[in-house]
Amino acid sequence: MSEGIHVATTVNGDAVEYVCSPRETLLDVLRNRLGLTGAKEGCGTGDCGACSVTVDGRLVCSCLVLGAEADGREVTTVEGLSTGGKLHPLQTKFIEHAALQCGICTPGFLVSAKALLDRNPDPNEEEIRYALAGNLCRCTGYDKIVRAVSAAAKEIRNSNANR
Amino acid sequence: MRYEAPRTIKEATGLLAKAKGSAFVLAGGSDLLVRLKSGMIEPELVVDIKRIPSMQTVTKTASGFRIGGAVPCAALGENAVLKKAWPGVVEAANVIGSDQIQGRCTIVGNLCNASPAADSVPAMVAAGAKASVVGPKGKRTIAVEDVVTGPGKTSLKKGEVIEAITLPKPAPKSGDAFLRFIPRTEMDIAVVSAGVCLTLGSKGVVKKARVVLGAVGPTVLLVPAAAKAIIGTTLDDAALAELAAACEAACKPIDDKRGTIEFRTEVAGVLARRAAVIAYQRAGGQ
Amino acid sequence: MATDTTFTNQEFKIVGTRPPRPDGVDKVTGRARFGADASAAGQLVGLVLRSPHAHAKIKKIDTSKAEKLKGVKAVVTSADLPDLTKGDRGMFDMLENCMARDRALYDGHAVAAVAAIDAETARQALKLIKVDYEVLPHVTDVDEAMKPNAPIVQPYIRTAGIEPKPTKASNVAQKSEFGHGDVEAGFKQADVIVERSYKTEQTHQGYIEPHACLASVGPDGQGELWVTTQGHFTFRNVCAGLLGMDIAKLKVTSSEIGGGFGGKTHVWAEPVALALSRKANRPVKLVMTREEVFRATGPTCSTSIDVKIGATKDGRITAATATLRYQDGAFTSIWGMLGAMTSFACYDLANVKSVGYDVLVNRPKVAAYRAPSAPMAAFAVESTMDLLAAELKMDPIDLRIRNAAKEGTRASYGPTYGPIGIGPTLQAAKNHPHMKAPLGKNQGRGMACGFWFNFGGQTCTDLNIGVDGTVSLTVGTVDVGGSRASLSLIAAEELGIPYDRIKCTIADTASLGHNDTTEGSRGTFSSGMATIFAARNAIQVLKARAAKMWDIDVADVDWKNGRAVALRAEHGNLNELTLGEIAAKSPQTGGPIAGHNETVADGAGVSFATHICDIEVDPETGKTKILRYTVIQDAGKAIHPDYVEGQFQGAAAQGIGWALNEEYIYGTDGRLQNAGFLDYRIPVCSDLPFIDTQILEIPNPGHPYGVRGVGETSIVPPLAAIANALSNAAGVRMTHIPMSPPRVLKAIKNGRH
Repeated sequence: MSEGIHVATTVNGDAVEYVCSPRETLLDVLRNRLGLTGAKEGCGTGDCGACSVTVDGRLVCSCLVLGAEADGREVTTVEGLSTGGKLHPLQTKFIEHAALQCGICTPGFLVSAKALLDRNPDPNEEEIRYALAGNLCRCTGYDKIVRAVSAAAKEIRNSNANR
Repeated sequence: MRYEAPRTIKEATGLLAKAKGSAFVLAGGSDLLVRLKSGMIEPELVVDIKRIPSMQTVTKTASGFRIGGAVPCAALGENAVLKKAWPGVVEAANVIGSDQIQGRCTIVGNLCNASPAADSVPAMVAAGAKASVVGPKGKRTIAVEDVVTGPGKTSLKKGEVIEAITLPKPAPKSGDAFLRFIPRTEMDIAVVSAGVCLTLGSKGVVKKARVVLGAVGPTVLLVPAAAKAIIGTTLDDAALAELAAACEAACKPIDDKRGTIEFRTEVAGVLARRAAVIAYQRAGGQ
Repeated sequence: MATDTTFTNQEFKIVGTRPPRPDGVDKVTGRARFGADASAAGQLVGLVLRSPHAHAKIKKIDTSKAEKLKGVKAVVTSADLPDLTKGDRGMFDMLENCMARDRALYDGHAVAAVAAIDAETARQALKLIKVDYEVLPHVTDVDEAMKPNAPIVQPYIRTAGIEPKPTKASNVAQKSEFGHGDVEAGFKQADVIVERSYKTEQTHQGYIEPHACLASVGPDGQGELWVTTQGHFTFRNVCAGLLGMDIAKLKVTSSEIGGGFGGKTHVWAEPVALALSRKANRPVKLVMTREEVFRATGPTCSTSIDVKIGATKDGRITAATATLRYQDGAFTSIWGMLGAMTSFACYDLANVKSVGYDVLVNRPKVAAYRAPSAPMAAFAVESTMDLLAAELKMDPIDLRIRNAAKEGTRASYGPTYGPIGIGPTLQAAKNHPHMKAPLGKNQGRGMACGFWFNFGGQTCTDLNIGVDGTVSLTVGTVDVGGSRASLSLIAAEELGIPYDRIKCTIADTASLGHNDTTEGSRGTFSSGMATIFAARNAIQVLKARAAKMWDIDVADVDWKNGRAVALRAEHGNLNELTLGEIAAKSPQTGGPIAGHNETVADGAGVSFATHICDIEVDPETGKTKILRYTVIQDAGKAIHPDYVEGQFQGAAAQGIGWALNEEYIYGTDGRLQNAGFLDYRIPVCSDLPFIDTQILEIPNPGHPYGVRGVGETSIVPPLAAIANALSNAAGVRMTHIPMSPPRVLKAIKNGRH
């Protein structure tokens, strides 16, 4: 088999080192080597977004990133969304708005929605829908997801305004 | 499979030139990794070019723009100056896949993947973009339309990589536009696409034009007859109808899971016509 | 009576509210564990080798090279899954579908499998397996498969339902007829008769989570299986049967399930994973790729349907007939029969006949898909209803109201309806503001109705009360869309305690009696019923303990608002006892307090929906956009309205995808060409508008709360509602689903000539 590659990177703020094979994807590494199974493999071809993570702040499908590529980068997964034991507003709004049914797509949606709100704190419905077009959900028809993202954006804006 | 992430272009071309088996360049990986995982390719070597500094930047130059080979398409959309100068090219680059794909995919990768349906290519060809090729024997510059020679095939030689795409400075009173047809609103591969770039003379008369179609032939098609149909006109209905007819006549599509010959041919004309109208408005035409 | 299923019009305190779901935090933090999220020490990676041919004789499989590859721990073929089915054809079909025997019956049919130390080794091992195929003629189209000279998919088949029974093999596995009255006479009474033929292409459930399991079988014959499934008890029974294991010695745990919609109701690779584990004597994790999911699991049928309806000038239907040809894939089932049963279920018809055919083709074994078979039949019938309305110059909704089934109607498939929701959903649609909203150029509106039976089935539930007064509710129906929240609401309502005092868990197969698969919209209906009964049984125990604490006769104890109350005046000095107070004393009053119920939940109420859709079409490209969509459905009683709305919206969205773009595309070689989410185009977020919902509550007389299943019905109307809307927008009748842009543009162009 291929020779292992040593990778030193940061995942959800923690320094992490691993050895992976050259063919292994970042998603494989996160799930199988680091035990972070929040990102899911729904398609393996970048078409469903269930494996969404950010690498150096950019939203990507971790199934289309090699584990070796993450060397020296900063990776954030759904597990890194809540901080200090407190859920992110997107997480609370997804629960409040019943924006999940089976929940398999939820981690990917949350990571994508966070990337959207980081760059556009006040998206309209169309902007939300297009920003989330890379995340497939088969249960909800997206209705409650769009509403939850909108509500979370509002909450974040309000809490920033009150700061 | 070996994975290498060289820091210089020289190292990269050296690795590729010396590879014994099949070697591939990894830019965004959104095509390469899909092929790798499906077993379509069994590379001996993958060279990741994202650690090469000169390939990671978009720069405004004296003659136009230089887009590094590893710049993700999302970064093109974030570049206001580029977007203002070449809206059609940027729009074409920004419709590829999803936000997730945008975070990785590159126009050079889109080009070198050599799919006739590549979104960014018709717009680049319409814009007169050039590819800066670097190889073991030095550098050369070729027109973007000369890179792809057929489905999955390019004119690049062993060890060569495209270091950057260059776009000229837009001519005064010029505009470009890109439209593609997909069944959904996002995520699909183009069934048909059209890129148009035109320059106006006085009184809104089209002086120069380049009309390019995607997904209707083995490579993107530059259609001089379509350009001819609108040059010298103010893009009136008759000219637009002639443009559409010229595009339909140029189509050499196939029937496949994404569309029929009949559909592609008809819609190619429709898209070219609509893209021409947008480009015309962008050029300042009324 | 503790187990009286009769609807009682009780007032609810908690049922009908919208609290957060109990598994919410797990699912937004990534902590929830789905099929592929479990691991075991020393686990191997299992991969399946699949046939590239639609139909081929398997002459020889040489696994010797793969077995010799370093790191390969087991290779299995059909030889490792011997036939233990003792003439049970249904079980044999399961076995043959899991692993091809002498023939590969479809592109993607499993022919061998390996277990190796890592994915890379397993992948290499698959390449080393040599299969010697003799390619046979194949057939993938339902109409082609019915022709006399079509290649025969299953030579043992003699068409059932025909007298005398045929002696020759055919691909028509079964003919089923339903209806009543005299349709010939009925058509003679008609002033107007409309007749049309329709086709629908094959679609997949498209759950985002691929099939995945972790199997472990020891040399002692005991095993465990962690699996994403809609029915772990059914999986246990089937896997144990196919592998010759004792049912009690195979423990199956259902993971969180990442969508099923019917596609995870029966086994696929799980018996193979168990066989690999048994052979390797190590745990084996087997996760399908998306391509495997498309090629070898799920789909629903493609169909070909003819409908004829006649009516008098005033819009009264005098006769209706339908011939429905459904392909079941390579294994026989009842999908054509269900299509025939559902086709005219919305209407009150004196003369009606529907004939269903179940047809075999070289495609994957068809699985249930949300109200299986009903959407295609509704597409054909509801499109014809619109054509009829146009002929009669009647408003399509008025035509439907005129002929709607009602209480006392004899359904076309046999039974006589009790109180039902078709009339009310139609009336609500007629009164809905959506119906009156203005439409622009190239826009059209359509509406359609849908029916689904719903199902109850075997159910077993435990309710255990802790000493702190919190309650463990243990159910055996897999939670596919929020049922733990609904069931917790029901337990809280019955016991009279707050919702957050309940924790609902899905038990593994070792912890509870058999529960049928979560299908037929039964989860909340049947487990809800069992939860009510289990809670009521627990209340009996609570009352007995209160009586003991008070030292009075149990007959003098009542249960009100979560408290035991002493009834007679002589006990007036006794303070009420809360559930928590009684629970705290339980160690001294007789031990743990529990309620249990096992039942066959009969009385599932039928369900109806009416949908309204606005669509815009680009006449130059055939591209469509759904502008507005409204779902009106009878829920009986909405336990947790958020998740009822969610079912309506999700079902509508699946219907929209089916109507517009989703389809299996087979090449002339019989191979599936679009086995991925790139070219199997399910709706993305930007494709859809908000989906408005209106919940009607016409109580089901067969459930204490009036609950009807809600999960499936709303996938039934969209194909027709969208076809009607698009036909109005484009000015041409669309008769082929999906109405993809090339088909729409072609229809518009043909309509122009």
